[in-house]
Formats: sequence, C-alpha cells, structure tokens
Amino acid sequence: MEKPAYSSAPSSKNGFISSLINRILKYDKSSTFLPPFSLGGWIFFLAGLIPNLILGWLIFPMVLYSSQPQPMNFNHALHLNPDKVDGIEGDTETDKCLFCHEFREDGTFAGIPKLAKCTECHDDPDSPLGESAPEKAFLTNYVAEEKEVPWLCYSRQPDCVYFSHIAHVKMGEIQCRVCHGDHAKTEKLPVYKENRLTGYSIDIWGRNIAGYKRHTWDRMKMDDCAECHTKMGHEENNACFVCHK
Amino acid sequence: MEKEHGHGKHQYGMVIDLDKCTGCGTCMTACAAENNVSVRPDESDKQRSIAWMQLFKITNGKEFPHTEVSYFPRPCMHCNENGRGHHVSPCVSVCPPTATQLDLDTGIVSQIYTRCIGCRYCQAACPYKARYFNWWDGYFPKGKGLERYLSPEVSPRMRGVVEKCTFCHHRLMRAKTKAYAEGRREIEEGEYITACAEACPAQAITFGDLNNPKHKVSQLIKSPYAFRLLERLNTKPKVYYLSTKDWVRKMADNYLPGEFKPVTKIGG
Repeated sequence: MEKPAYSSAPSSKNGFISSLINRILKYDKSSTFLPPFSLGGWIFFLAGLIPNLILGWLIFPMVLYSSQPQPMNFNHALHLNPDKVDGIEGDTETDKCLFCHEFREDGTFAGIPKLAKCTECHDDPDSPLGESAPEKAFLTNYVAEEKEVPWLCYSRQPDCVYFSHIAHVKMGEIQCRVCHGDHAKTEKLPVYKENRLTGYSIDIWGRNIAGYKRHTWDRMKMDDCAECHTKMGHEENNACFVCHK
Repeated sequence: MEKEHGHGKHQYGMVIDLDKCTGCGTCMTACAAENNVSVRPDESDKQRSIAWMQLFKITNGKEFPHTEVSYFPRPCMHCNENGRGHHVSPCVSVCPPTATQLDLDTGIVSQIYTRCIGCRYCQAACPYKARYFNWWDGYFPKGKGLERYLSPEVSPRMRGVVEKCTFCHHRLMRAKTKAYAEGRREIEEGEYITACAEACPAQAITFGDLNNPKHKVSQLIKSPYAFRLLERLNTKPKVYYLSTKDWVRKMADNYLPGEFKPVTKIGG
C-alpha cells in the first residue's frame, strides 16, 4: 500500500514531546529550538527540582495527614483463629466478618461493632478473657464503665455519598477485603491518618499521592467505584443517583 | 391523552387527586422535614425561600356563591422528555456540568449538589419552577433543636447550588436495601413511597411505578380526569393530577378560546 507523502516525515510522527527529548539527549548545540543546557545549568535545574519534589511528594503528605492511634488495639487475626477464639462462626470468609460487622434487620450495615457486640463474649471483668494487657484495659476502661470504644473509622465516606453494603456483599458477593484490605489477617490496627483540611481518612484518598494503586483497596474514590462497576458489567450503576444522595 | 412511559425498567410517578386535596400543607412540611430543606429567617420572602413541594391555590375567579377553590401541590415533575422529543428532561438538557440526570432505570431526575456549579440554567429551563437556588448555606440554628431534625440519608445543601424534589430517592435506596436483606431483587408496591404521599392526611397522593400495570398509579392515570401540568409542552411529566372540575383541568395548560374539551362522557 502506498503511503501518503506527508507521513514519511519522522518528526511529525514522533510528536512534539519525543522530539524535545531527542534534542535534549542529542545535545544539539546548533539547534536554536531549545537552548542547550550546560552542566552548571543542569545542576541548577536539578537543585531546584529535587528538593521541591521531596517537599511536594513526601513532606507535604506527612504534614497534611495527622496520625492518630486507635483508642486500643484489636487483634483481628487472633479473633479469627479458630484454635484460639471459639465462637466466631461462618462458612465463608465474609460470613466470619459479618459475625461482628453485621447487617441490621432492615439491611443497613452496622459498621464497627458497638460495645454490646463485644460484651456478648467479653462480659465478665474477672473472666480469663481479660488476661493480656489490651484485654484488661478494654475490660476496665470500657466494659466496666459501659462506655463505647471511640473507634476511628477508616472508611467514612463524605456526606454526599450513599453506599449500600448489602448490595455489594450479599447481592454482588464481593469479599470485604476487596475494598477494605485484608484486615482479617492483621494483628495490629493500622494508624488512623486524617486529612487535616478535609477531615477524611487517608484510606479514602489513597496512601500514594501520585494516585498509583497496587491493590483494589488502596483507594476508595468515585473513580474506583466506577471502575469496578464497569469491570463487573454494571455500568448502569455509574449513574449519579446510585451513589450520591 | 398520551401516556407513554416505556423507556426504562421502572418509571416512578405520582398521582395527586385534587378533589381530595384540602390544601393543608402537610406534604410541604413532611417534604421539608424529610429532605433537610432549610428554613430562612424570613420565610415570607417567597423569592428566596425553598420548598421542594410547593402548594398553590387557584380559584375559578367567580363571585360568591359560585366561587370554587382548588389546591395544587407541585413537586418536581420528573419530566421524561425535553419537549423536542429527546429523552432528557428540560433541566437535564441544559445543565453544563451534568449535575442533573434522568435516571433511565427509575425515571427519577437526580440532582448532585457537589457537582452543581450554580449557574441556574436549569431553573430557567424548568417550565414548572420546581428548582430552587440556595442563596445561603442551610439555616439550622444551633440550640433550637432544628439540627436534630436533620436526616442523615439526605445531604444538606451548601450555598450556591440548585436543589429540587428527588421523589425521596433515599427512600428508594432504603427500600432496596431492605429487599436485598430479605433476598429479593425487586421492591413491591408501597415499599417505596415519598414522604408527601405518606404524610397526606387526605390520601390524595398516590405513588408507584407507572410502568407496572398492577400498581395503583398506572390504573389511576387511565382516568379521563387525569391530566398533567402544561402537557402540551411535551415534557412528559410523571406527576399526574386528577380533578373532576373542568375549570381546574383547564387551568393546567394554556388553551385558546374554545380549544379546551371538557369531559362529557365517562369511559373506561
């Protein structure tokens, strides 16, 4: 097939950016298009660029997010180990999660369990369930005083967002860790990091400021929801009023 | 009368029987309480106050003893077409940032406040004046108990956005969630009704799926007394009215002299 004449010119095919890179790499002193950098110029340029990248990509996120420890540690792995804790039942991984993080009768999701759920087992301050230090602290500080544990929520969505857990977990059969990460295997609760400006958790915005994510649970923004809806063939659920309220 | 709602799976709609409406205003109050509609310090300023469900009073203009009065509750009409045959509401077709959408599955016209840029083009496009602009942030004075009335299911609006009736969309979500918990994918009639329909003491408002022939609304709209507001604009609203009074039906649209045809024969 005969090519048209204009496509034979490589510069137009490669585009502006690559021709720019070519000019820098080739270091063409005769070119008037881009002033050639001397070694001193490069050092000057990088001396400005690198500290600013460090400032913007490392120091700014550290300043932006506050780190708050949870009021006490909770060992998910211990509770889900049938050799150590008896009574948390469920055929599947999701059912085990739902034993404590349960649905209410009307289908709404209860989220982080209230004290009443904990005291179904941890009811007696003198029982052997209060042997380790965090258990003792839990029994004396919260159970004995009948005070709710002020857990910090990693996944609190903005006010304008509606999310139905039951539509995803029961009807969509999505495992909890797809969005929340593998909490079942962790022995320590992660540190809660809150955006000082917006008041939302870092788990919503994503830990990586560049927006790069490795796992499905790394970030929980609108595009991530839409991405999964599209992938699962539910594009109709990308309509605004499905998730907004 | 053309009654076609064949586009989506569900087409939620409302039938308001004006003969039953007493004009008590409970629908307005229930709507405002349900949807976190803020009150202004001066609510008498009707150019600035917000009412998703607005109640209008009309009279036949005759001298006593022939005076007759009727009340028009007016929610958002959730139009199916923009009047030019396009399957979008008049407001949806003009919104620059797509902050409002006609949901094809439910027929509900959404309004996303965080996306709205406050240009008020939709307000100008709406033939029913069902859209309201927030000139100020919501006014819920602290210590007077108003903030305790706020529903967590509806996001309160900020200054500079347009808001409107959503057919209590959060109630649809609530009904769906309950249906899922019971292992159903579809909700039944009566599980999802709007706050105004629930609150109306005269039971003048009926809510349901116009596409489902078993629902009461789809039977009621077959009545010869059924009409819609400004029907000839061809916006295909999903809010129907019922009135046996000819002068009420005549007021619902702009008719030329002699053009309006009163109902003379009652047929099925």
